[in-house]
This record gives sequence, C-alpha cells and structure tokens, in this order.
Amino acid sequence: MGRSLSDLVVFIAKRMVQLALVLFGAIVVTFVVSHLSVSNPCLTWIGPHAGKLAYQHCVSYFGLGQPIYIQLYHYLLTLLTGNWGIDQVNQQPVLGLIAQYFPATFELVIAALILMIVVGIPLGVIAANSNGRWADHLVRVFYLSGWAVPTYLGGLLLAILVAPALHIAPTGAFTGTPPFPQRTHMSVVDALLAGNLPWTVDALEHLALPAVALAFFNLGIATRMTRASMLEVLPMEYVRTARMKGLKEFMVLYKHALRNALITTVTVLGLTAGYLLSGTVVIEEIFQWPGIGYYAYESIESYDFTGVVGTVIVFAIGVVVANLAADILYGVLDPRVEWR
Amino acid sequence: MAGSGDLPPGPTATPTDLAAQVEAAVYHKASRRDQWATLFAVLKANPLTLIGFVLVAIISITGLVVYLVPLITGLAGHSVSLLPYSTIIPSGAKYLAPTWAHPFGTDGAGRDIFSRVLAAVPVDLSIGLSITLFALAVGGVLGLIAGFWDTPGTLGGITSTVILRVTDIFLAFPSLVLALAIAEVLGRGFSVALFAIAATWWPFYVRLVRGEVLAVKGAPFIVAAKAAGVSDGKILSRHIIRNIAEPLIVYYTLDVGSVLITFSTITFLGIGLPPGTAEWGSMISAYQSDLAFDAWPTLFTGLAVFITVLAFSLLGDGLRDILDPRSRRALAVTSASAGELGPSSTTS
Repeated sequence: MGRSLSDLVVFIAKRMVQLALVLFGAIVVTFVVSHLSVSNPCLTWIGPHAGKLAYQHCVSYFGLGQPIYIQLYHYLLTLLTGNWGIDQVNQQPVLGLIAQYFPATFELVIAALILMIVVGIPLGVIAANSNGRWADHLVRVFYLSGWAVPTYLGGLLLAILVAPALHIAPTGAFTGTPPFPQRTHMSVVDALLAGNLPWTVDALEHLALPAVALAFFNLGIATRMTRASMLEVLPMEYVRTARMKGLKEFMVLYKHALRNALITTVTVLGLTAGYLLSGTVVIEEIFQWPGIGYYAYESIESYDFTGVVGTVIVFAIGVVVANLAADILYGVLDPRVEWR
Repeated sequence: MAGSGDLPPGPTATPTDLAAQVEAAVYHKASRRDQWATLFAVLKANPLTLIGFVLVAIISITGLVVYLVPLITGLAGHSVSLLPYSTIIPSGAKYLAPTWAHPFGTDGAGRDIFSRVLAAVPVDLSIGLSITLFALAVGGVLGLIAGFWDTPGTLGGITSTVILRVTDIFLAFPSLVLALAIAEVLGRGFSVALFAIAATWWPFYVRLVRGEVLAVKGAPFIVAAKAAGVSDGKILSRHIIRNIAEPLIVYYTLDVGSVLITFSTITFLGIGLPPGTAEWGSMISAYQSDLAFDAWPTLFTGLAVFITVLAFSLLGDGLRDILDPRSRRALAVTSASAGELGPSSTTS
C-alpha cells in the first residue's frame, strides 16, 4: 500500500462499496419509518371530501394494502431504474423536482463554505497567535455566539430587521423570471453565464443573507479547528526558523504555519459540507430559497412519502460524498497518508 | 490514599491480589482538596470558562426553582409560583415595551414575556440535558462494546461490526429532517418531539466513545491489568471508563446546547409542541409575525436561547482546554497559576 494512483483507485472503490451499503440502509430505515408511522397517507392526498371509491383507488394504486416489505421491494426496484416516484402534491416526478431544487441549495452551501473559509480561518490564526490573551477570548466569544444563535433566529433577524436597514432583498426568490436561460438553476452562475452584470449583482444580493445565516452558525468549526492545529504547529522548529531568518510575521503565519495547520481544517470543512446541506432546511424555509431543504420541508408538511424519502436520500448522499471527499482531500494534502 | 490502603501485605499475594496491586499502582489519586484547588486555578486562568460556569449554574438554579416551587407549595395546599405573572392569562396591554412592571414587555396577547421566558427554562433545559443523557447512555454502551471487543472473527468482533455499520447509516441521516418527519407523522406533543431527537442523536456518541476506547485500550496500564488477570468488566468500569470520561464530559457539555437548538428548531417550525406552550422555539415561532413592528418578544426570547447555549458552549469549550493535556500545556505557558495543574491529571 502506498501513494500511487492505483492505490487511490482501490481506496476509492472500497469506500464506494461501504458508502453504497450506508445509503441502502438509510433508504430502508427512512422508508420503514415513514410508512409505519402514517397508516394512511391517502386520507391526506385525496382530500377530506373525496369519496370512498377514490380512496380505495388510491390505496390499491400505491400498493398500500400490501405488506411493507413488498412495498419496500417495489420501491427499491423503481429507485434503481431512476424512477423516484411521483410527488403527490405537485404531481411531478420526484427526481425531476430534486434536480430542479438541488442546484440552488448547492449554490447556497458553496457560498456559506466560502464565507466560513474567508472569515473563519483567519480568525483561527489570530486566536492561536494570541493564545490566552484578549484577542483569543474575543474570537472565541464571536464564534461561540454564532453557534449559540439558532439558525432560525439569526435568519429571522437578518430577513426582517437587517435586510430593510441595508436595503437588501430579504428573500431568496426572484420576483420575476430572469431574462436569460436558466442553464444551471444557480442564479448567480446563470446570470454570469448570460453575461448580465446587473442580474449577477441582484442574484448575489439575494444570496447574501441566507449564506451569511448559514455560515455564521457553522463559523466556529473552521475557527476552532484552525486554532487548534495552529497551536500545534506554531511551537515547531521550522516556524521558529522562519521567524529567525527575519520573515514578516504575516508570511510566517499564513504561508508557513497555516499550510500545515490547514490539513485538518480542510478535512473537517469537507465533512461539514455534507451536514450543511440538510442544515439548509430552516434557512430555506425562512428565506423562501427555492432549494432542496425547502422542498424537504414542504414534503414533510404534506405527508408526501416519495418526497421525504427522496430528499433524505439526497441528504444522505451529500454526507456520504462529503465524507469520501474529505478522506481523499486529507490524503492529497498530507503526503504522509497512505491509501488504505 | 484510599487505593493504597486496600493493598494486601506480604509476599503471599494470590493472582487476584496482584490484580488489585496493579490497579492501585495504576491509579494515582489526587486528594479532593487538590482537585478543588486545581479547579479554582483553572477557572481563574480562564475567565470565559468561569462566566460559562456561573451562567450554567444560574440557569440551572432558575430552572429548578421555577419547576419545583409550584410543586412543593402545591403539596402544601395552595400552589404558589415565583413567576411574576401568569403565562396564559394577559397581565397588561398588548405590545408593551419593557418597563419595570414587565421587564421584557408584553406580547400580542398582553402576556408578560419575562414570565413566559422563565417558565420555559425548565422545559428547554430538561430537554437539553435528558436527550444528551439518553444519547450518552445508548451511544456510550454501544461504543464501549464496539471499541472493547473488536477482535475480528469472534462474537464480539461481529457485534462490533454490526454496531458500527448501523451507526454509519444513522450518521448519514439528516437528523433534523428525520426528526421533523417523525414529529410530523406522530403528531404534536412533548414526548414525540423528545423521541424524534433521541432517535437521531445517539450515533455521534458511538463514534466518540469507540474512538476513545480504542485510543486507551492499547495503553500499557490496560495491558498490565489484563496480564494480571483483571476481568474485562473490571477493566472497563475501573480503567477504561474513567480514562475516557474527560472527552465525554466536554462533548456532553457542548452537546446540551446543540440539542436545545435542534429541539427549538423543531418547535419553531411548528411541529413539536401544541401552540401556546411556553417554550422558546414555539414562542419565537409565534412572535415572528410581529417582528417587523414589535421586536421585543422575539429578541428577549431569542436572548434566552442564546445565553443558555452560549453558557454551555463556553463551559464545554473551556473544559476542553482544561482537560485536554495538549491544550493544558499551552495554558500553562500563558497563565502563571497553571503550574498547579500538572500533578492531578489522571490521563497520560
């Protein structure tokens, strides 16, 4: 076992098998939980005033009269063929809806990650460099405050109090359809692709508040990890040597020390990205951001199995892929790691 | 000192006595007075931890008093609450700004917000503490098993693998979404919301405890205890659990805040509790429609969540630095009083 490309391929293949098993388990558990807990979703789907015949039709159509393992078997079969079921509320294929909602969430998560990196990592460096002094305490209070403000509260305050004060659009949804093709369903990217500068600015403005809300809550992760690993790196001899040969403090901290300290931070951020995905549920609900979290919440509200199971699968894939990415990233960044 | 007193004298020691001797030698117990002195020195060196500690104490006492006083006085015949006003019946005009009579103002129904915020303390606090305790118990036991008996091919090894795979599955779950789904389909209610979070919360503890057990298991003192014939159960209870307790305490403390946030998120989304319940998430959910013209109810209720979570985070974050030997060394460099920290540490 070493660090050649073939080792990496074997490593990834092994992990993929593990991840497939995890996904399978997640799907089964979600399916069973959601089916056992609601005995008769047809009552909700067909509406309170529908007749007995419509009800019976609904039950037989969705096979709800059959034992749960048979329903599960049929569901898994259809999943594999790419048919994730029909959303009972919108009457559209779930997979299509997810494909339409997901890019917006992806955009939001990436924006939040960028904010976490740009703000969180330097704060961690500052805290570590002034370990135990007032700047350290100040940084700690700052990131713990972010952690202690529940996302829904931060989101509400941003949307209702901060947005009007700054004259920023309070919600994520555009009021009209943009005058350019929506190729990626990511508003900023689409506007950029169309070369439409005013719309790009507008899209960024819509993105700003939800991204800040999402990033602020999770800022502590980047800061705390950077601080901890910087504390390990700073007393090392090569850092002392860099200082001794008269390098500017900025170069010592950010070029020499941070480079080695970043390995853990980047790995942890990779892991976090998966959880950020499902963390968007509240934010998207508050900011009316048309993403997968919004869709998940709507599905839960309307007892829509296919939607709930579909979004849970997407969230679980997100966590699992982020795990894999973090593992690979760690190996790439740290030359001592062998692919096992 | 108590440990060495139990030592059997003389060269006629049986294997069991030998085991006891090894055990006693492994444990270097600091005296109680030493421990208090250490705690005091550490808190002095860490003002933020001290603040967290004091805040947690105040919040806990408030919660206990608010919950217990009506119970006790109720037993004596006439129930007396220490809350200034009722949490249900209006006690003033609507949308009052903070005054001396109503420190946090009144809400859209004329109810005193200060009383409602206080009434919610025992509710939210007990949820934060109980769910983490449940997760710690379930996840902890599973993690101990998965970490301690992990020899491949044995019954223990197979059990460990099963535990870890199931944990992986639950770790990949979006816990908030699953909790929301469970709470939505089982209906509104305190116990449902509790169950929904508890069902998704334990996997973190399996990973944490297993990792710590694996790290400790290979240590020379465990090997020595095994060689001396100390039973597995005794090694677990007397050696392993005590040595992994510190990271667990840190994680537990930080986690109380996470549970509180998740629970109030569920209630904020209107799923956990019946409307009108004095609980922070439900209250903010109800007050949000007034936010644009009367921010006081939301702000004060939010402040309660904020301070509670911050208090536990400050305490936990500080405990991490204090209990983790590596950060403790860093602490010793910066604080003069930290010299006293060395001897009483129990981990290597």
